[in-house]
Amino acid sequence: MKIAVLSGKGGTGKTLVSVNLASVAKEAVYIDCDVEEPNGHLFFKPEDIESKDISVRIPFADVDRCNGCRKCVDFCKFNALAYISNKLIVFDEVCHSCGGCTLFCPEKALSEKEKIIGKVQKGVSGNVTIITGILNIGEVSGVPIIKTILNSINEDKEFTFIDCPPGSACTVMESIKDADYCIMVAEPTLFGVHNLNMVYKLVSLFDKPHGVVLNKCLEGENPAEKFCIEKGIKVLGKIPFESELGILNSDALIAARENEKYRDMFFSLLQIVTKEVQHETIINP
Amino acid sequence: MKIAIPVDDKSMETSVCQSFGRTPYFLIYDTESKESLFIDNSAAASQGGAGIKAAQTIVDNNVSALLTPRCGENAADVIKAADIKIYKTFNDSIMDNINALNDGKLSLLVDIHAGFHGHGGN
Amino acid sequence: MKQLLILSGKGGTGKTTIASAFIKLSDAKAYADCDVDAPNLHLVMHQPSEPEMTDYYGLPKAEINPDSCVKCDLCRQNCRFDAINAGAEYKVDYYACEGCGVCEAVCPAGAVFLKPAVAGELMLHAGDKVFSTAELTMGSGTSGKLVAEVKKQMKAAAQDIDLAIIDGSPGIGCPVIASLSGADMVLIVAEPSISGISDMERIIKTAEKFQTKVAVCINKYDTNIENTEKIRSFCQKYELPFAGVIPFDPDAIKAINNAQSIIDIDCAAGRAAKEVFNTTIKILNA
Repeated sequence: MKIAVLSGKGGTGKTLVSVNLASVAKEAVYIDCDVEEPNGHLFFKPEDIESKDISVRIPFADVDRCNGCRKCVDFCKFNALAYISNKLIVFDEVCHSCGGCTLFCPEKALSEKEKIIGKVQKGVSGNVTIITGILNIGEVSGVPIIKTILNSINEDKEFTFIDCPPGSACTVMESIKDADYCIMVAEPTLFGVHNLNMVYKLVSLFDKPHGVVLNKCLEGENPAEKFCIEKGIKVLGKIPFESELGILNSDALIAARENEKYRDMFFSLLQIVTKEVQHETIINP
Repeated sequence: MKIAIPVDDKSMETSVCQSFGRTPYFLIYDTESKESLFIDNSAAASQGGAGIKAAQTIVDNNVSALLTPRCGENAADVIKAADIKIYKTFNDSIMDNINALNDGKLSLLVDIHAGFHGHGGN
Repeated sequence: MKQLLILSGKGGTGKTTIASAFIKLSDAKAYADCDVDAPNLHLVMHQPSEPEMTDYYGLPKAEINPDSCVKCDLCRQNCRFDAINAGAEYKVDYYACEGCGVCEAVCPAGAVFLKPAVAGELMLHAGDKVFSTAELTMGSGTSGKLVAEVKKQMKAAAQDIDLAIIDGSPGIGCPVIASLSGADMVLIVAEPSISGISDMERIIKTAEKFQTKVAVCINKYDTNIENTEKIRSFCQKYELPFAGVIPFDPDAIKAINNAQSIIDIDCAAGRAAKEVFNTTIKILNA
């Protein structure tokens, strides 16, 4: 089963939840789709790392064939091309790799070359296979990297946890596309609820079965819990705000591997999630 | 010689625009004949790559110099490829900058800022 | 106008909490929320009236007219974004479409056309204070341009104002790059965790590509003193101005949940934020 962990707001605990759930499963794959700021690997410290560069296609002109008709410059919706002093200039970082210019050049003067925008690293840590997507600094879109990672999922592990980027933009959509179930992590603050609402709309739009894990729970009223009750969203579990957990997490230690209490807590959560996903698969095959 | 300046409005009294790529208009001015022409900047509405498109517009108008407060690296690449000099404006007034250029008092723009990678600006 | 931008790299470090405190402390007459993906500043900065709303159009989206479509499959074959599905009818996946126009140009039957698509909503409050914000429609990808629009509408409404405070977004991608342009100074709000430090280093590298002043402060510093010291040493090593520290404070959470800034009540975080603010302004004006 493929389980996406998302939140809307940053810093609510997506990585905490996905890393620890993966750790307590018998065998799991952990995929880090937050390619701008990947963090999962800091916790797992994976070994036997295999790295693969990810590239996109960028056009370039054969100067002998190019006659300066500028059809490519005019076609490009992203303004990635300019024709100056009888030479075609291509702006790599503006190009969206749509292939249009190359396709429509009347002189067949354009071809495409590969440009590296990031990499995917695969490694192991105990029972978990870790796949991390990393976007190079300065590159605009992580979507091609996320697409590559998700296409390479090995189906034979029981659990796959997808650690999503914050927000609800194109990268998040790409990350949850093939998920069987979505866990939304919420924190008990005003900002947290506002952003929880946004991802709730997103998972509803994509018809994804979903539930909420309430993190950093303190005493007193929990606005995120209130939201879940109002909307009839299943609360899968509550993680208390404990400085012990906070310190382990801030030192990039996997709480479930360091401490019996947390191992039990995340294991219970995994069982609840498993039951929920199986239940959803039965009623919505 | 012909020069280009990004401007906020189609008048010699208006101010120099703070952005190059997304300026609403360009002033194309002939320093010898003192003729002025205002053109629309179609790049202003672009989703991305505005600097590139604006630079292409300047180049197509056959100017020898661009006077602007700022310029991104993509636009600068286009303009330099066409052997057009880029000068840094020192205040908002069009005429002040043109006079300074004529008196040789305007300096070249040296700090080109990093591109906005097609998705931003200003 | 001087622009002070608050960034962090990592999400959840306290950008909006600190930005709202700074806005109140400086009595800033202009401020903006550039986190268009998940805007929160408006929840704390209450406005006396409704904003002026404008639709924001992103890249256009392709649409296929089923009556003209001859099912030649050329559009689907040439779409680099897997945005065309062949079913009983050929349909464009709205969210996957990037508006490149290849399908429209390659269709022999004129059945595909690009349509303007609303990708977000801009909101502008322009009273005696100017507050500019926006919300990106989910799934949209052109948030960099929307960020640019947020700043543009703020600047247009706040011509004579000398200080503008801008609440940025997490990450290092296009929306952050767009918010960096025109900023006179970036204050990075760091969190003393390994993840926070890793993300902080990436955002510093991103900010350095622009010629803006960069300073660092640490929020919730007492949750991990060892990591706080790591960040301090890092700043010393790379000669980055250090603007101070703010403690973790449950009263701060209470304030925010009551839709108040940490300056509106008397609390440790608020007092520390004031010190960080004073140091930041000194660096900005240096």
